[in-house]
Formats: sequence, structure tokens, C-alpha cells
Amino acid sequence: MAGISFTRRAALATAGTGIASAALIRARGAQAQGAPVKVGELNSYSRMAAFSVPYRNAIQLAVDGINRAGGVMGGRPLEFVFRDDGSTPGDAVRVAEDLLTREGCAFLAGTFLSNVGLAVADLANQRRRLFLATEPLTDALTMAQGNRYTFRLRPSTYMQTRMLTEAARGRTTRRWAIVAPNYEYGQSAAANFKRLITASIPGAEIVAEQYPALGRVDAGATVGALAQARPDGIFNVLFGPDLTAFVREGNTRGLFERRFVLSLLTGEPEYMIPLGDETPEGWIVTGYPWEQITDGPHKAFIDAYRARFNDTPRKGSLLGYVTAQVVANLLNKANSIDSEVLVDAFKDLRTDTVVGNVTMRGIDQQGTMGTWVGETVLRGRNGAMRNVRYADGADFMFPEAEVRAARRS
Amino acid sequence: MTLLSVERLNKKFGGVVAANDVTFALAAGEMLAIIGPNGAGKSTTFNMVGGQLRPDTGRVVLAGQDITGQPPRQICRMGVGRTFQVAQTFLSMSVAGNVQMALIAHHGRTRDVVADAAALYRAEALALLARVGMDGEADRPIGELAYGDVKRVELAIALAAAPRLLLMDEPTAGMAPRERAALMKLTADIARGSGIGVLFTEHDMDAVFAHADRILVLVRGEVIAEGTPEQVRANPEVQRVYLGTSGHKAALRARRAAHG
Amino acid sequence: MDIGFIVVQSLSGLASASALFIIASGLTLVFGVTRIVNFAHGSFYMLGAYIAVTVVPWLLEIDRSPTLFFVGVLISAIAVGVLGVLMELLLLRRLYKVPELFQLLATFGVVLMVQDAVLKIWGPVDIPGPRAPGLRHGVEILGQRFPAYELFLIVIGPAVLGLLWLLMHRTRFGILIRAATRDREMVGALGVNQAMLFTGTLFLGAALAGLGGALQIPRVSASSQMDLSIITEAFVVTVIGGMGSVPGAFLAAVLIGQLQAFGVLVFPKITLVLVFLLMAVVLVVKPWGLLGRPEAAAGRAALPEGILSIRAFGVPERIIAGLAIAAMLAVPVFGDTYMVKVATEVLIFALAAFSLNFLVGNGGIVSFGHAAYFGLGAYAAGLLVTKGGLPMEPALVAAPIAGAAFAALFGFFVVRLSGIYLAMLTLAFAQIAYAVCFQWVEVTGGDNGVVGVWPSAWASSRHVYHYVVAICAILAIIALRRVVYAPFGATLRAARDSEQRADAIGIDVRTHRWLAFTLAGGAAGLAGGLYAFSKGSIDPTLLAIPLSVDFLAMILLGGIQTVMGAVAGAAAFHTIKDIFMPLTDFWRFLLGASIIALVLIFPRGLGGAFAALRGRA
Repeated sequence: MAGISFTRRAALATAGTGIASAALIRARGAQAQGAPVKVGELNSYSRMAAFSVPYRNAIQLAVDGINRAGGVMGGRPLEFVFRDDGSTPGDAVRVAEDLLTREGCAFLAGTFLSNVGLAVADLANQRRRLFLATEPLTDALTMAQGNRYTFRLRPSTYMQTRMLTEAARGRTTRRWAIVAPNYEYGQSAAANFKRLITASIPGAEIVAEQYPALGRVDAGATVGALAQARPDGIFNVLFGPDLTAFVREGNTRGLFERRFVLSLLTGEPEYMIPLGDETPEGWIVTGYPWEQITDGPHKAFIDAYRARFNDTPRKGSLLGYVTAQVVANLLNKANSIDSEVLVDAFKDLRTDTVVGNVTMRGIDQQGTMGTWVGETVLRGRNGAMRNVRYADGADFMFPEAEVRAARRS
Repeated sequence: MTLLSVERLNKKFGGVVAANDVTFALAAGEMLAIIGPNGAGKSTTFNMVGGQLRPDTGRVVLAGQDITGQPPRQICRMGVGRTFQVAQTFLSMSVAGNVQMALIAHHGRTRDVVADAAALYRAEALALLARVGMDGEADRPIGELAYGDVKRVELAIALAAAPRLLLMDEPTAGMAPRERAALMKLTADIARGSGIGVLFTEHDMDAVFAHADRILVLVRGEVIAEGTPEQVRANPEVQRVYLGTSGHKAALRARRAAHG
Repeated sequence: MDIGFIVVQSLSGLASASALFIIASGLTLVFGVTRIVNFAHGSFYMLGAYIAVTVVPWLLEIDRSPTLFFVGVLISAIAVGVLGVLMELLLLRRLYKVPELFQLLATFGVVLMVQDAVLKIWGPVDIPGPRAPGLRHGVEILGQRFPAYELFLIVIGPAVLGLLWLLMHRTRFGILIRAATRDREMVGALGVNQAMLFTGTLFLGAALAGLGGALQIPRVSASSQMDLSIITEAFVVTVIGGMGSVPGAFLAAVLIGQLQAFGVLVFPKITLVLVFLLMAVVLVVKPWGLLGRPEAAAGRAALPEGILSIRAFGVPERIIAGLAIAAMLAVPVFGDTYMVKVATEVLIFALAAFSLNFLVGNGGIVSFGHAAYFGLGAYAAGLLVTKGGLPMEPALVAAPIAGAAFAALFGFFVVRLSGIYLAMLTLAFAQIAYAVCFQWVEVTGGDNGVVGVWPSAWASSRHVYHYVVAICAILAIIALRRVVYAPFGATLRAARDSEQRADAIGIDVRTHRWLAFTLAGGAAGLAGGLYAFSKGSIDPTLLAIPLSVDFLAMILLGGIQTVMGAVAGAAAFHTIKDIFMPLTDFWRFLLGASIIALVLIFPRGLGGAFAALRGRA
């Protein structure tokens, strides 16, 4: 059946070339020999293309390099099978089954949205197959709903929020306003912030909260409501089109004047590029200032990426590259595609990546990949970050006691 | 014996008086026509009896029971069948299906989720269709019928509820003259044969004077005359405000045609 | 709260209202004249924004003058208007003769295609537009700073309203639009060139959407998701105002703008659901919106859109049904596990679609929110298993009960309305249910949902579970089909064909519709419960608009005029999606194109095509 279905798809792909350009791209190396080791990668390639396409590009770049260097597990080529997850849990779970059964993938990786990530994680647990969640940020993935088969690479909402609140240490900003998109990521970032800010600034209080619907911010009303509370500081979780609208409205109305702003993800090129010359200065943000990387393997990755795709790297690109590096290391270490062996090998696995050492902490199966924290600044007509430092995820993990309390298994 | 008694019905729309103390009675087996110029309040009166409109004041009593302001479905259950100015049928169903549907409703089985609707009350439906001369078309979609035939089927639908009273709003509107006479004769025969009272409005004076036992003349919401066709025809006020001389002649002609 | 703040917050609301009105006015005009529920209106808005962020900077290169900015905005609006004309000429014109719901489906296909076309042309990254020269600054109002551009927007809404009023009352074209809005048949009877009128209206409607999008570029960046975020709100505005009423749309937009501006102060999390709450309240109180008028009863008798002839299965139908059931039961024996998974889902969707067609095709009750009952069934089952600690079996009993209970609750209000207003009220209730599941994090897990909804041990293999689903779904479909053929089903068709006649033969139309709504909700709830266990999780997408639209697409593809069409439609739709999704990132484009192709080739759906084939044979 699988053969027939492949022919069907191939035929359709030929018919639909042009639109279907990126369809069945499979990175296959020449140097590596033998049957490829397949990893099923599902992600929101259609709906979240701004993030996921650079991510996929970087994985291809990395996989080509790995296969040129001899592949994995003693010479077998590494192959990622990319699929759209449909951006809903229902579709994603079906696609995941397809990857595991028809495509014969050794394990699953990817997903963008938190609810999709959680559904696939639970499927992985049910089917006893490894799942490396790369992008979903929700804390639940490694905490309350964590399971033996699910690992996460990217720093979670908690970790990134904590990076920001610790960057605020020593400030005297007492009155805080929160603005966050009205869904899990926004709500849990807000909850983490409320919990963590008092550790950095004793006596800090929340004086206003706004939760505009994702993608539908009514910027004028939101900015008005925030300003009315007269906060000294603002914690922003908005991103994408909501962020642009919010920043423009806030700039015109003077919301950010003489206010200290902490903002999640705003320094990532995905979200900073659209801000352009409206990028507000002096915000403390997490992000990816790739142009300030000047040497080492990371610089080599950036150069190779720019040369091959004729585009600047995004945060997604970096994540994709690190994903491939971690996956290759895992396969080499486990030297098996048996799920249980893979899971055991993955616990506390150290990988030397372009961002340095990344360890998958055994207790919550959360990676120690970090991110950059810095201050926004306007350079010409574009936003940038200054006073940047790499915040190693290892320093911002959930305390072990909390992990033990949260994880049932 | 009085079947329907309408007592001092009043209805206003905004400032316009559509019915002013309208009072009349109807006996079983009797055919009572309401006539009047456009806007005289015929349809208003009619709809207050049928339940489509609620009167401001006044009473409608059917066989001793007050039915004022009841919804049409309730009035139907009390034994009132009705046809409409523009025939209302179930277009997706066959001729027999339409009548069967009415029988299903009459027998209170509309919530039955098990039986086969297509087989239910089929014989009874065919019998009703036979009474209106439409049993030959039983299995045709009703949308295919000529309009006059649709009107006959509508009569059969109304009869399915075994009514004591039939309300017919302009029964012959939109029909060819020959069809009109036939339909009115059919109605009159059924009414007299089964002792059903018939209340109808009509523009066609031929039909009215040929078949009505009594006539009620409404002008601007008020009953200005009531009586047998002869009495109404002879009423000078009716002649003046409504019938006119030509109408008078037409009335005579129709009477002769029906009885001569 | 000081007065300055209240004034400025209210001005913010007015600015949003203006923008919303411009978009909604186009939608309401198009609906009034063509009676098409144009889903693609949001796509026109998005295209307006994208064209503007392309054209305006180019013009501003020549000279940074306010004039050129607005020239660019107007060019974008006209360009979108031309695209609207193209859609009318190439697509809608071929569809005026097919049932209205098919036109809706076709415009939904356009939405999918435009989404991917935009991604292809402009790329996935949001594109911020330039600010309007001369209107960049803030204006001091009572001690608060307010953007000058928004003051301008506040003026432009009423200006558009005024211009539209002049157009409608002072030009022949406008008078025809009003006549057509009031009575479509009359225009045909007057010998007006209907094609030209429709083309002109589409131009005007699309251009207004494009104008709305282009005017937004100084405030929001152009992104590929702005179409769907605006379309529901635009629908809400037109419905609250009364479909076809431009002043009504203005009133509704102002109302929504103010509610939003001040609502967020009191309930910061109400943003998801506010407009739908308002719509539900308005429709319950005023069934035709604020300034709308009841649909004029059709002057002539027209065949209803829906199931027409109820024929018992003949030999070919029996063979096909038998084969389909046999195939579904044989899948675990011959197919691989993935195929089993897909077959399980097809069965579940077939049941959900069948229950929807029970309402739409059989009862003439068009529900835009059927996923609500599917999702509530899934939630009932999922929460009982994960939070209640019950096994699968009682949870699967609870799913249809929950679906039916909520359908009974919402249906009580829904059946009081008719037509498009009824459809929009179902949508509003679905959105409210969605928002509750989304926001009641402690119980429902918010948008993350709840995982761990797996079948009991004996049914945990995909093959066994497939049989569980097959038995439940097939039996439920057979039972519902029986109801269609039973007096209750006939009564619903009777009420659909002629409410007046049904009433006159003693049928309590509302009660029967309410019971039907409840029954369909129960069946959808069962489907939802089965779905939850097949996926292992529940989350708010199970109640969301896209799934409701999918269900509609399934029954329309299958053909709402046949009893079994919904089942074929579910299978076809799911298969198309399953083929295209792995094929390309641009699968939505192909899905949209196939929907349009199917609508054009089989304007009565697959079931209709089969019936025609049988009729000829």
C-alpha cells in the first residue's frame, strides 16, 4: 500500500510542480551509505511560514553537512521527512501517525503551536515513540504534562520570562502592566512574570493586565487601557502583527516614554524586522542578534546559511540547525532506532552545538539551549540589540523540586 | 346550530382600523362569503379567525369553545382546515405525500421516529384525494401539477384534519374561469355533504353569488350588510359602495348559471 | 477615571469602528444584492492591505506627500475592486443558479486560494506599511495624546457612509441596489441587466473591503492571517446591523467599537467573545438585526434547498452502501495502520456531516456552528476520562448527551430565527462555547486542551478502536437515516417547504425544529466523543469555526439534496485534504481549487450527480 500511495503522491507532485516546489524535499547525502535514518518532522509550514520555513532550511543545511561528513550511526544517511501539521492537534496527530507508520520514521520532531505539541507528545507517549518538541514553548510540555518520550529543545516560556525578570534585577520599577495575547503562551508568560518579578524587584505589583485576542489586537483601546493605569514598567508578550500594531500605537501615544519595558521574543529577527524604524529603544528583550556573532562554528553556520538561501538567518534557522545537530548526536550515541534505547540515550545527552553545549536535562527532559538577552536600539532604519549576552538555558531551568512536584511520571 | 361565532372583533394597524366590531355567525354545512373592496379588512378578519392575527378585542368561538388568539396549529387541532390565497403545499413531496403529511399531523404522529412516513396513512390520503378528484395524480411531485389541481390538493390537505370549519382565503385566485367554477362546486358539495362550515373570501363575484349561502359585506373594517345573496344583491348600500350596476348584473348572471 | 481618558478611549473605539464599518459596508451591500454570504470579503481586505504596502511606499519614493499616500490607498481599493469583478465574472456568475450555500462554499474556496497566493507573492513575513505623511504625530486631547491618523479615520467612516447614501439615493445604480436588496425578483422582472448590477455591486463591495485594508496599513502590518481575523467581525457587524442595511452596519460598528474600548477595562480577557456575545443578545432580542427587515416571503413557490425526493434504496444503492460498510469493516484487515486511522476519521466525520445535513438538508436549518456540539461532546468525554476518572464506555455515552444538552439550550433561541440570521446565531453560540473552552483554563486546559484521552485497554489498538467507531458511527447514521424517512423527518421537511402550511395543519414548527437541533447535536456529540478518543486529546479547535466550515464543505460537496450525500462528502473532503496536505506547503491552495472545481462541475454535490446519473439510467 505504501508504494502505491507514494506513486500517487509523486504523480500529483509532478502535476503540481511550481506550487509544490518544496514538497518532498529530502536531504540525502552522497557520502553516507545504506538505508537512511528517517526523522519525521511536522510543523506549521503553511500557517507559521515566517518561522518554520527558515527552520526547515537550516535543518536541510545541517543535514547535508552531516551526510557529507559520513552520516549518522556509522555511515547511514540522515533524512528528515517534512510535513505540515495543519496547525491543529487533530491534523497533527494524523500526520504523526503517517510519519511513524507509512514513512517509517524512527521518531518525531518539530511542531510549533503549544496545543499541537502537547497532542503529539501525548501520542508519542501512547505509542511509546520518541518526540523532540523543538518550538512549542508551553511549560506543560516538560512539567505537568511531561512524559517519558517527550523532550523539548527550545527554552520554555518560564525560562525566557525568567531571563527577562532577572535582567530587571536592581531596578526600582514597582508598578507593572502586562499585555499578552489571549492564549496559553500569553497567559502562562503573564503568570510566570507575576511569580518571578517579585524575586527581582521586591514589592513589585501588577496594576493592569490586557489580553487582546491573538492576531486581532485593538491597539488603540489596549494602549489606552494600559496608559490609564499609569504603570512604571510594561511586560509585553505580544508578537507578530499584534506587536507592530501595539508598538506603533504606543509610540504615537507616548506609552513607552519614561517606562521600562520587558518584552519576550521581540529581539528575534522574525518579529524585529517588521518593526523597522519604529523599533522602540531601550526595551529589554530576548532575541537573536545574529549579526553580532563574529567567530566560531556559529559564524560559519550564519555564513553558510546566508550563502545558500540568500537570506539572513532567523531564530527559526538557528533552532533548526541546532535540532539537526542534537538529533545526529543522539543517533550516534544511541546507535539504534529503538525508542527505549533512544529515550535512555537522550537523557542528559550533551551536544556540542553552534550555540555551545546543549544538554537535555534528564529530570524534565528540557534542553539547556539558551537565548540572547539585550536592549533594543535603532540602527539606521532597523531595530537591533545592544549590550547583548547569551543567557545559557542551564541557568534558568525550573528548580528540580518543582519539576518533581509537577511531573507525575 | 352555530358552528362559528365571531363577536365584535377589533383590530388596528397603527392608526388604521382594519376591523371594527365585526360580528357574524356561521352554521355547520353553511357557506359564508366575505366580500368587500381591497383593504376592506377581509384578510384581517380571516386571519383573526385562523389564528394568524390576534384581535385587539372581541371573541372567536368555535362550537362553544373560545379560540381567540390561539396559534394556527391549535386552531387546526380544534377542527379548522385552511387554504391560502397562494397555495401553500410541501413542494418536495408528492401529491399523496402532502396529504399523508397532513394526516400524520392530524393523528399527532409528527414525532414518530420509527415508522415509514411514505407508507403511513396512504390509503386515507388516496381516499381524500379521490374526494377532490386527484387520486390519479397521487404519486406525481406536487410541483408538476397545474395550479388549479394544486388548489384541489390543498383542499384535500385541509380536509385531512377532518375539519368542522374550512377557511378559504380567495380559493379561486389565480385560476382559470372554468377551474374556478369546478373548484367552488366541489367545495360546496363537500361542505354540504359533510356538514362542514365554510368561510371564504373571494374577489370573483361569480363564485360568491353562485355558491355562498350567505354573504357578509365589509367596507373599511365594518360590516355594512349581511344576508342571502338575494338580500345582499338587493341592498342599495351594497350596490352603491361596492357592487355597482355591472357587479349587480354579474351577480344575477352567476346565480342563473349555477341554478339554471 | 478622568474625563480625558474616557474621551480618548471613546475616540479609540470610534476609530476602530470606522475601519470596521468601511469593510462591513461592502459585505452588507454584496449580500443585499446577490444574497451571497461572501467569505472572500476578508480576503479582499487582506489584498487591499498587501497591495497598499506595495504601492504606497513606491509612490512615497516619488514624493512624501499626504496626497500620494491617499492616491496609493485609492489605487489599492480600485485594484481590489477589479479583483472582485474578476471573481464575479469567473466564478460567481456561474453560480447564481445553484443553491446559495454552494456559492458560500465557492467563496470559501477562494479564501483558501488567496491565502496561499498571498504567501507565495508576498512571502510569509508580515509587511508593515508606511505611516501616512502629515498624520504621523499625536494630537493632545484633554491631556492625552491621540494619533492624528485615527482622528482622520474617525472622519472617514461617516464620510464613506455619506457617499454611499448619496450613491444609493441619487444614482440609478444605487437605486437598483436598494431595489434588489429589498426584492431581488422585482429587479429581474423590471428587465434590469442583472449581470451588470451584480458585477457593479461586487466591484463596489470588494473596493470597500480593499479600502478598509489599505487604510489600515499605518496601523497594522499586512499579514497572511488578517483575512480570517476580520471576516468574522465583519459578519457580526453586518448581522447586528441587519443584513443589507448600510446605516445598520454603521450603527453596529460604532456599538462594537465602544464596547471593545471600554469592555477591555472591565474584563481584559473578554476580547475573544465580546462581539459574539453582543450578536447573540441582539439576535435574541431583534431577530433581523438593528435596522434589518424580515426577508420578504417569496412571491412564488420555490423548491427548497435541501433533500427533495426521499426514495428508498434501490438495488444499486444497496450494493454501494453494502460495499462501503464492508470496505470500512475490512480496512483493518487489509490496510496499514495509517489507513485505519484515516478510515476511522472518515467514519467520524461522516457521522458529524450526516447530523449536520439532517439539519441543513432535511430541516432547512443552516447551522454555521455545528462543530460546537461535536466539540462539546469531545470535551464531555475527554474531561470525564481525564478529570472524572471514568473509563471510555460511560464517557462515550456522555458525549451525545452533552452534545444534545447544549444543542437543546442554544437551539431554544436558534429556532426562533430563520435564514442567515439563524445561521449567524449558531455561529455566535459556537464562538461563545469556544471561548469558554478556551478561557476556562482550570477545567478545560485552555487552548492547550487536555491530553490523555485514550480508549479503554481492550480498545486501545487502532484496529479494535476502528471497529468501535465503525459500529457506533454506522449504527448512528442508519438510525438518523431512519428518522429522515420517519414522520419526524417528513415533518421537518414539511416545515422547511412551507412553514405556513405546516402551521395550518397543526404542526408546532418551532418545537419540532428544536427537537431536530437537539437530536443533531447529540449525534455530533457522539462523533466528537469518538474523535477525542481517536486523537487522545481535546482542545478548542474542535469547536472552532474552521471545523464548522469543514463540516459545511463536506455536506455541500456531498450534496445537501440527497440523504446519503453527506457521507460521500465527508469521505471526499477528508481524502482530498489527506492527499494534498503532505504534498506541498500550499495545500490550502489546492484544497480551495478542488472545492471550486467540484462546485462548478457538480453544482448539486456528489450525491446530486449520482442522483442525476441514476435518473438518466
